[in-house]
Amino acid sequence: MVGAPPGALTVYKLLQTKGMAEPATELSLDSAAAPAAEDHEVAIVGRSPWYLAWRRLRRNYFALAAFGVFVLIVVACALAPVYSRYVAHMGPNDTNISGSVDVGGKETKIIGGGAAYDPKTNSFKIHQVKILGPTWWHAHGRYVFGADNLGRDEAVRLLYGGLNSLKIGIGSALICTFFAVVLALLGGFHGGATDWFISRGFDLIWAFPVFLLAIALGSALSVNGFHHFGITIQPGSLWIPTLVISVILIPYVGRPIRGQILSLRQKEFIEAAVGQGASSFRIMFSDLLPNVISTILVFFTLIIAINILTEAGLSFLGAGVRLPNPSWGNMIDTGKDQLPSAPWLALLPGIAIVITVLSLNIFGDGLRDALDPRGSVRQDR
Amino acid sequence: MLVFIIRRLLGMFAVLIAVSILVFIIFILIPGGDPAERMAGKNPTQQNIINIREKWGFNRPFYIQYLRMMQKAGTGLIPGRHGQYDVLRSFQNRTDVVDQIVRGIPITFSLAIGAAVIWLFFGILVGFIAAVTAGRWSDRLITTLALIGISMPVFFLGIVVRYYLTEKPAHALFPDGGYYPLTKDPIQWAYHLILPWLVLAILFIGFYARVLRSNMLDVMNEDYVRTARAKGLGPKIVMQRHVLRNSLIPIVTLFGLDFAAVIGGAAILTETVFELHGVGWYAAQSVGDLDLPPIMGVTLYGAFFIVLFSAVIDIIYAYLDPRIRPT
Repeated sequence: MVGAPPGALTVYKLLQTKGMAEPATELSLDSAAAPAAEDHEVAIVGRSPWYLAWRRLRRNYFALAAFGVFVLIVVACALAPVYSRYVAHMGPNDTNISGSVDVGGKETKIIGGGAAYDPKTNSFKIHQVKILGPTWWHAHGRYVFGADNLGRDEAVRLLYGGLNSLKIGIGSALICTFFAVVLALLGGFHGGATDWFISRGFDLIWAFPVFLLAIALGSALSVNGFHHFGITIQPGSLWIPTLVISVILIPYVGRPIRGQILSLRQKEFIEAAVGQGASSFRIMFSDLLPNVISTILVFFTLIIAINILTEAGLSFLGAGVRLPNPSWGNMIDTGKDQLPSAPWLALLPGIAIVITVLSLNIFGDGLRDALDPRGSVRQDR
Repeated sequence: MLVFIIRRLLGMFAVLIAVSILVFIIFILIPGGDPAERMAGKNPTQQNIINIREKWGFNRPFYIQYLRMMQKAGTGLIPGRHGQYDVLRSFQNRTDVVDQIVRGIPITFSLAIGAAVIWLFFGILVGFIAAVTAGRWSDRLITTLALIGISMPVFFLGIVVRYYLTEKPAHALFPDGGYYPLTKDPIQWAYHLILPWLVLAILFIGFYARVLRSNMLDVMNEDYVRTARAKGLGPKIVMQRHVLRNSLIPIVTLFGLDFAAVIGGAAILTETVFELHGVGWYAAQSVGDLDLPPIMGVTLYGAFFIVLFSAVIDIIYAYLDPRIRPT
């Protein structure tokens, strides 16, 4: 029996003792565990697929670390309204152009330079404007990442901007995944006209360049807001980028899930459920949904990453989060003109985006490997 | 085959009509209110508003407005036969949207074609190396870099690259932004576009390398690959003829759609950062002022290219692979 798979010994023994005729009656999923445990000298415990996935994920330290980084960023940004006031003593939109701050015992102007009157020569001297750079911790928590051109605290803005970016990223991922899954279930299970309409709807959104459609919707909604069907959204609301991003990404999540549902529908267990007279609601949500939940989880993680990137791009162009409300995207936009004098203004939010999105992508990859080791969940766009 | 082509082309026109109606809804019905009042500026006279409403046709029923928009967009592609309607004209400076898009097309095409060559070449090369050396350090390095590539906001990369490679150094190796026409000097053209090409290509290289790598790893387990090995073919031939070729099929689909999207203005961020006055740049300029007609025109134009390209891809596919040909 060299090279035989584990458990083969049990089967062999059983076949020997009971004869070839009736092993099937003795060997069921429950009864096979006991003799198998004798061979291996350990009790065999049934494991749920979730436990197996968690065991695979637990071994992937890289993915776990990435998840830790993401959670850290989310917590730091989400709690910013609670603690930032006590550390930085400023809100995200408090300006301080003429003030100064104590950096390592030295009084430093937040925005130095500019025109200064010199009484000796009776003329104005023009100095180059110098914005306070990162003080790290030398100013006791004030201006940790320096100031921006209006004397606002960059670190505070970075946290509040991150809060907005993450709100939009996670919020639109929730909305998008919810609608995509419901539409995919409806279309994939019912087929026929329902499926036709849903698929054509997906095709229609698919026919646009994703980012251009987002810009189109974002700017059209920013003119007057949205006042149809009893729903009112003011221009400048965070709901605009959130909804825009969730709508444009629905087909990218919905299509692959619909494909999976279509193939699951042919399986015997669905036929059995139909035969038992289960309602279509029950079949959709308690028979079909659990079978695609691992795909949904993986998509959800990766969609958050895509959403944060899309939001940043939209805000960078002015069609997403509107100033003075900060977001990582519009902070890069305002910071890009000050690259020569204050490079941290554009670099820090950019680095924040890269770290957040990278950690999500790494974790998403790890999650996919853990949930689906054979790789049937594929991120096809 | 002919039936398939005809059916696919009819489908294409149906999608185009649906797309244009959706665009019209987004830009005319969602904003609501009276565009004439928005255009007339502060403290307009009543007559002024009425004049604008009359001239731009805002008082017409919306299906008339839609038909006029489509007539303008359609005839605008044929030079010299448009301009009689005040639709698809910038609210801000009253320039003709179709004219501006036509002016941007060569720049957008230059950007898209060059970047596509780079991303296809490097994406396939890098993905192939990663798959062949799966598990070794070269694979780990490539997958890590590819992951960073797809996590990088393209505009951030563009800003950093542009500033630190062209603006900051005293003797920069690369020219700073702008477009140099191909017809004047092809070398200057390529030289001015090299940074935008690379920046735009990075995201796609990372993405294609990942897709190709995982595809190849899947294909390597297929039966026909085992058969090829079993009949004594060398590992190189098996890799190139059997594994790579079959793994490239999804890449072809992806490439068709991505290329169409980039031509259709999806390179909007790259064009904005490098001040290439292409189609995407034109839309981006109008976002700040909420000048809707240019964005509307560019969206229509972009959707047109994607729909056209996906029809062409389907037809090529049906030609290459008889299994998916329905008739």
